[in-house]
Amino acid sequence: MSDIVKLYAFRGSPYSCRPEIALKLKGVKYEFIQEDLKNKSADLIKYNPVNKKVPVLVHNGNPISESVVILEYIDEVWKGVPILPQDAYEKAQARFWARFVDDKCIPAVFKAMVSRGEEQAVAEAHVQMQFLENELKAKGKKFFGGDNVGLVDICASYMALWVGAAEEALGIKLMPKDKFPKLIEWSDNYINCPAVKDGLPPRETVVGIYKTL
Amino acid sequence: MDDDDDVILLDLWVSVFGQRVRIALAEKGVHYENREENPQNKTPLLLEMNPVHKKIPVLIHQGKPVCESNIIVQYIDEAWHQSPSLLPSDPYLRAQARLWADFVDKKVYEAGKKIWRTEGGEQVAKKEELIEVLKVLEGQLGEKPYLVGGSFGLADIALIPFSVWFHAFGKMNIERECPKLAAWVNRCMEREAVSKSLPHPHKIYEFDQKKKKNGQ
Repeated sequence: MSDIVKLYAFRGSPYSCRPEIALKLKGVKYEFIQEDLKNKSADLIKYNPVNKKVPVLVHNGNPISESVVILEYIDEVWKGVPILPQDAYEKAQARFWARFVDDKCIPAVFKAMVSRGEEQAVAEAHVQMQFLENELKAKGKKFFGGDNVGLVDICASYMALWVGAAEEALGIKLMPKDKFPKLIEWSDNYINCPAVKDGLPPRETVVGIYKTL
Repeated sequence: MDDDDDVILLDLWVSVFGQRVRIALAEKGVHYENREENPQNKTPLLLEMNPVHKKIPVLIHQGKPVCESNIIVQYIDEAWHQSPSLLPSDPYLRAQARLWADFVDKKVYEAGKKIWRTEGGEQVAKKEELIEVLKVLEGQLGEKPYLVGGSFGLADIALIPFSVWFHAFGKMNIERECPKLAAWVNRCMEREAVSKSLPHPHKIYEFDQKKKKNGQ
């Protein structure tokens, strides 16, 4: 029996791109369903009645929601390119940093964006970004996942694309190269990976979204 | 990795997050050294082992730290292979377990916090909010013995420590609003690992009263 994989998502959302990148890394065929977030489909509400949010992966009729949970699911079901490390300790570290990106880093950076680069908000964002910068420095590898893209890199897509797009759209500086050389270098490497490039929305789309903020 | 040696837990007796880890370690029969932290005077070890958040619980296994309670529980399951498994083997059910553990963090903890911080009429409203969240969990539980699959695991471990707080705050009326969840609480408390890892509701009530008296 062949797999039927559907992804309910919104192209332009930094959370929706995560399962797309993972599916492309694994070479899994899927159907992409673009949701209108102001007019959610009956299917989306059926598959995610609790939160009614994208992304939702539906695999042979079984729905999985929450982007990080989806990433782990994709990694467990489809072998091939690994997204999480094998080692229990390394896996725990990857989960920790993925959670840090979502709970601390993205909210702080988003606040700085929405405030149009207000000094205090940017300073707070930089505190969180410094943890990521230090982690890259300590790892001494191309990606958070090591030599290859992994869970944390995929979660940090926001830093690689959305931050730069916001800088362009809003005319603010969020990630200066002199302060975050490792993050800048990582961003360049990350967005140029083939599967990542395919899974990310075009930069102009994200710039366009931010211009309407 | 079945080595029981060299396991330290940096903890705080009243923390629901620390209790999750204690339950998981007890389920696996892992021996460990429990070190009580004082949030007003954090040890150098805690600051070194969790420099990002500076919070408990932190599990230190063979000198290496694991932080964030749901992540620690999964680590315990993966590092110690003896039964019981704390997550199902099926990937779809594993995803459900993670989802519901995450739901507890995002919804139960947030709703619970609002109750502990309010009084009188406002508290009544917040209690109703929590009941609505618990009803969702009641729906997920259904006729199953535990939240996901047929076995006690990650999602149950994430939620059960909160039950002591509901009990401590008496008039929550869980039995009436969520009878299946109330039965689930009793079922979990029958597990030795759970009952020996959770404080008595009276101690929680005393702790909260003391905090309020000190203006916290």
